[in-house]
Amino acid sequence: MASAQPAIRVNGVSHQFGEPGEARYVQALLDTSLDVTRGELLCLIGPSGCGKSTLLGIMGGLFAPTTGAVAVAGKPVRGPMPRDLAFVFQESALFPWNTVRENVMLGMTFQGVAKAERGARARRALEAVGLIDFAEHYPGQLSGGMRQRAALARALSLETDILLMDEPFGALDEQTRMVLGEDLSVLLSRSNKTIVFVTHSLGEAVFLADRVAVFSARPGTIKQIIVVDEPHPRKPSFMTAPKFHALRDQLYGLLHDEIRKAMSETTQPRRRYGQTGPAETDGERV
Amino acid sequence: MNGDGRKNAPHRLSSRLVQVAFLAIVLLAWFLATTRWGVSRILLPNPVNVWHQLIDIVASGAFIPDLRITLGELAGAFAISMSLGVTIGYLISRSRYLIRVFEPLLAAIYAIPIILFLPLYVLLLGLGPASKIALGATISFFPIVLSTIAGFGYVDRRLVTAARSMGANNIQMFRYVLLPAALPVVLAGLRLGFTVALLSVIASETIASFAGLGHHIVDLAENMDTARMFAYIVFVIAIVAFLNAVVSTIEGRARW
Ligand SMILES: Nc1ncnc2c1ncn2[C@@H]1O[C@H](COP(=O)(O)OP(=O)(O)O)[C@@H](O)[C@H]1O
Ligand SMILES: [Mg+2]
Repeated sequence: MASAQPAIRVNGVSHQFGEPGEARYVQALLDTSLDVTRGELLCLIGPSGCGKSTLLGIMGGLFAPTTGAVAVAGKPVRGPMPRDLAFVFQESALFPWNTVRENVMLGMTFQGVAKAERGARARRALEAVGLIDFAEHYPGQLSGGMRQRAALARALSLETDILLMDEPFGALDEQTRMVLGEDLSVLLSRSNKTIVFVTHSLGEAVFLADRVAVFSARPGTIKQIIVVDEPHPRKPSFMTAPKFHALRDQLYGLLHDEIRKAMSETTQPRRRYGQTGPAETDGERV
Repeated sequence: MNGDGRKNAPHRLSSRLVQVAFLAIVLLAWFLATTRWGVSRILLPNPVNVWHQLIDIVASGAFIPDLRITLGELAGAFAISMSLGVTIGYLISRSRYLIRVFEPLLAAIYAIPIILFLPLYVLLLGLGPASKIALGATISFFPIVLSTIAGFGYVDRRLVTAARSMGANNIQMFRYVLLPAALPVVLAGLRLGFTVALLSVIASETIASFAGLGHHIVDLAENMDTARMFAYIVFVIAIVAFLNAVVSTIEGRARW
C-alpha cells in the first residue's frame, strides 16, 4: 500500500499571479495533475515562462496554489516541508557571507538537525559531491559548477526523500553541465531519492530522467509524459545511443509548437518575479 | 595581482611624493607670505606662531571643556539618530508598500539643507547643547534610515526563499540571512551619519552657542586672536580625522 502511494501528488492545480485587470496578472498554471513516483527522477521541460518554477514552488509549499492541492507522501502541503523535501535553485542561493561548510551546516540548523550530527553529515555530503577540499572557501571563490555542487551538498545533507531542483545547471556551460549530469546520475543510483528536475535542455532531460513531463505554453499544463527506460547510473555513451536520439527528437517535436506559441504570445519583454532579486544591484543604492 | 602591484608601486610612490611636496610648498608660501610679503598678521598668522599655539593648546589642556561639550553633543545626536534611524528603517523595510511610500519621501527631505532648522531648534531648545544635539540628530537620521531601508529592504529574495524552504524560523531568518545581508549597507550609512552629525554639531556651534570647539573658534576670531584660532582649527581637523578613522576601522572590522 505504501509503495503505491506517490511521493508527490499534484491534483488539479491552477495558479495565477495578481488579479485579472492588474498589470502583473498572469495565469501561470492551468489545471495541472501529476503523480511523482517514489524513487524516480522526473524532468519538467517546457517553454520559458510556462510555470515550471511555479509548479515546483507549489510542490515544495513555498506558496499555495490558487486552486487545487498537492500532497507529499500522502500529507497535504500547507507550507515548507524541510524534513520531506529539499530545493536546489538555479544560482546564488548559497549565502555569500558563509563558507561552503557553513552553508551546509546552516541548512541543517534551519531544518533542526541535532548539533552533534551536523559536522559528520556535512562532511559526508561534501565528499559525495567532491567538494571536501573546498569546504572553507566562500561561494564567491568558486566556479559556477562548484557552487551548484555546494548547493547540491547542502540539499543532500538535509537527507530528505525528495529533491526539487529548479534548473540547477541552467547557468552553466554545456561541458560542465554534462559532467554534473553524469555525477548526479551516479549519486542517484546509490540513493533512493525522488527527484523533480526542471530543465530547459532536451539532452539533459533525456540523459537524467526516468520520465519527462512536457509542458504546454502558458498557461502551463502537462501536455505529455515520455518514459526513458534506461537504468542509472547512465554512462556518457548513452548520449550517443540511437535510443537517446530518438527520445530527444520526440521531445523536440513536442516542444517545438509550444515554444512557437509561447514566443508569439510574448509581445513585451518577459518580466521575472521572484527569481532575480534586486539585491545585488541594490547594494549600491545608498 | 602580483604583477599589478609591481606595476602600480612606482606610480603610487610618485603620487605620494607629489602630495608631500605640494603640502610643503603651501606651508612655505604661507611662511613667506607672513615674513616676506607683508600679509597682515591678523588675517594670516605666522605658521611658527600657530605651531606654538597648538603646542600650548594640547599641553595646557585648555581644549578639554570645549571638546567634552562637542563630543557630548555628538554622542547625544548620534545615539538618537542611530536608534531612531535603524528602528524606523527596519520597520519600513518590512513592507514593500511602506518602502514605496517612505523611501522617496525621506530621500527628498534628505536633499534639503536641514541646517535651516537650526534657528527653529535654538528658539525651541535654547543656545545650549540641546539645539546642537537636535540638529545633529535630524541631519544624521536620514543617511541612517535610508541605508537601513536599503540594507534590509532589498535582501536577495532567492536567499530568503532558500532559507524558508530549509525551515528557517523568523529569528533564524533575521540572524542568519537578513542581518548579514544588510549589515554592510547599514554600517556604511552609520559611518556617513556619524560624519554628518559631527560636522553639523561643530557647524551649529559656530553659528549659535555658548560653548564647544566650534564656538571657541568663533570666539578667537572675534578677539582677532588668529594664530590661536588657526591652531584650534588644526586641532579640530585632527580630532575629526581621528574619529572618522576610528569609525571606518570599526566598520571594516564588522564586515564579513
Ligand atoms: N511572483 C510572481 N508574480 C507575478 N508573476 C509571476 C511571479 N512568478 C512568476 N510569475 C510569472 O508566471 C509565469 C510562470 O513563471 P515560472 O513558473 O517562473 O516559469 P518557468 O519556470 O516555466 O520559466 C511567468 O509568466 C512569470 O512571469
Ligand atoms: Mg523557472
